[in-house]
Amino acid sequence: MMGFNMLADLTNKGRIGLLLFLAILISLPFWSSSYIISVATITLYLAILGQSWNLMLGFAGLLSLGHALFVGVSAYLAAYLFSVLGLPPVIGIFPAVLLAILMGMLIGYLGFRFSIGGVYFALLTIAFAELVRISVDHMAVIGGTEGLFLQVSEGDRKGVDLINLRGHPWMFYYLAMVLAFLTLAGCRSLLKSKLGYYWQAIRDDQDAAQALGINVFRYKMYAVIYSSGIAGVAGVFYAFYQNSLFPESVFGIERSIEVSLGPIVGGVGSLFGPVLGAFILTPLGEGLTELIDFLKSSGIIDPKSKLNGLKLLIWGLVVALIVLFKPRGIWPWLNDKLGFCRKESD
Amino acid sequence: MLKVQDVDLYYGDAQALEDINLHVEEGEIIAIVGANGAGKTSMIKAIAGIHTPSKGSITFRDNDITRLQSSAICELGIGQVAEGRQIFPAMTVRENLEMGAVIKRARAKETETLDRVFEMYPILKERQTQAAGTLSGGEQQMLAIGRCLMGQPDLIMFDEPSLGLAPAIVQEVFRTIHQLNDAGLTIILVEQNVAVSLKLANRAYVLENGRMTLEGSGEELLHDDRVRQAYMGL
Repeated sequence: MMGFNMLADLTNKGRIGLLLFLAILISLPFWSSSYIISVATITLYLAILGQSWNLMLGFAGLLSLGHALFVGVSAYLAAYLFSVLGLPPVIGIFPAVLLAILMGMLIGYLGFRFSIGGVYFALLTIAFAELVRISVDHMAVIGGTEGLFLQVSEGDRKGVDLINLRGHPWMFYYLAMVLAFLTLAGCRSLLKSKLGYYWQAIRDDQDAAQALGINVFRYKMYAVIYSSGIAGVAGVFYAFYQNSLFPESVFGIERSIEVSLGPIVGGVGSLFGPVLGAFILTPLGEGLTELIDFLKSSGIIDPKSKLNGLKLLIWGLVVALIVLFKPRGIWPWLNDKLGFCRKESD
Repeated sequence: MLKVQDVDLYYGDAQALEDINLHVEEGEIIAIVGANGAGKTSMIKAIAGIHTPSKGSITFRDNDITRLQSSAICELGIGQVAEGRQIFPAMTVRENLEMGAVIKRARAKETETLDRVFEMYPILKERQTQAAGTLSGGEQQMLAIGRCLMGQPDLIMFDEPSLGLAPAIVQEVFRTIHQLNDAGLTIILVEQNVAVSLKLANRAYVLENGRMTLEGSGEELLHDDRVRQAYMGL
């Protein structure tokens, strides 16, 4: 498979870097705490979603601010099929991802058929995500505002059951890792394929691409299909990792924005940027939460003080600094300094 | 070869073209002259399928192309060199050229066409691995023309090909257009450089406020008082 030629893009330095990174990731459960593993799992999950989002904006120039929609419909459908009909997620993932793709195609069709571009396309994605969030609020069959829960028995936490996605936190951690790397390999081969070049042409100058006979409608649709499909896979993972789904916490616009922050910080349009962004933002956010808890419990700051919004505030600050000083993101800048990658497409 | 009949084009409520009639025969060079905002670019976009007329029809070699998608129109053999060159700056020169050959009719002979383009413009061969954004204005225009040729069109529409170029390069561009015509290509030339384009053209149309107001051979229009006054400052 082409995607696994990733090593060919890397300099020797980059290969060593990647190996070290992989070694740390793979060995992590053996020397860290269960808390760190849960943070790392969410980090990898967001790395998958960041790549999915980057595929649309970074590759094809389509701004989505409704990615939570694709994650959410897939998560809800897979969870519903499992909890009500007993259909294991290994099968349920197919209709779930298909539903996410159909949502993407619907938005794409409306947006591209009627030439809704740029920020108006983003508004369309927000509108659909909100529409579905409010609808799910009122759908009693999947719990409405009360939420949809997956049964977890004591034994589930110990074994490894990939068919039903029940098991030890380590299982979810390694599964997220495999999915994140498969996504990376997939995105790489897409970017290096003809499709990747068509996307680049459309992103850089849509009129010129159209003048050359590139079927802009079709290739934009492909971008949405791949992106929503990946988000759908992540959605199934999310449902079975969290075991509880609420309309607000699944479809809320905060979720969609959270997905976009990683790639923006890491580097929109690059392959490794979204992964790097996730590994910067998630641990930073969690670290802050921990720090605040620690400071509260040790009495350095008043335990009653309300600092709930601090994480978001710091994230906002980080994003603002990145946009101001490294608008292309951290990865392109880091790569220039360290020379990990032979030729990362911008 | 190409026939535009009674075409109206609107952008929202604003009318850009009104009752346009135009025909192009195989092997001709047609010039379309007119002031800024007269509708020249709109006409090219209507023919290319980027905008759809609200009335009238456009036929190309017995195919009704009025409502076809732009990619399908390219497949039939209509290419364009758009205003402002519109190259992809981050791609290499070579990749830009390959982008020109994405349509089916061009794929089979891609390598041969590429050789021909390199023969025509050796500088593009020299710079093929360079990012296109680093080329000079004149080289970018060569690239835009070369990229259009990669699609193996039979009819090329040039939109303001001399815009923003140094005089020596403008001459080079017009020479190229002449050579392409000699080689059998049909040309529609939209130009602000009225004197040169009328000299080059077999026939020409004058466009004013979205309407065709004059039509004639290049020679006739060149000596028409109205044209001389309005567009050549004579």
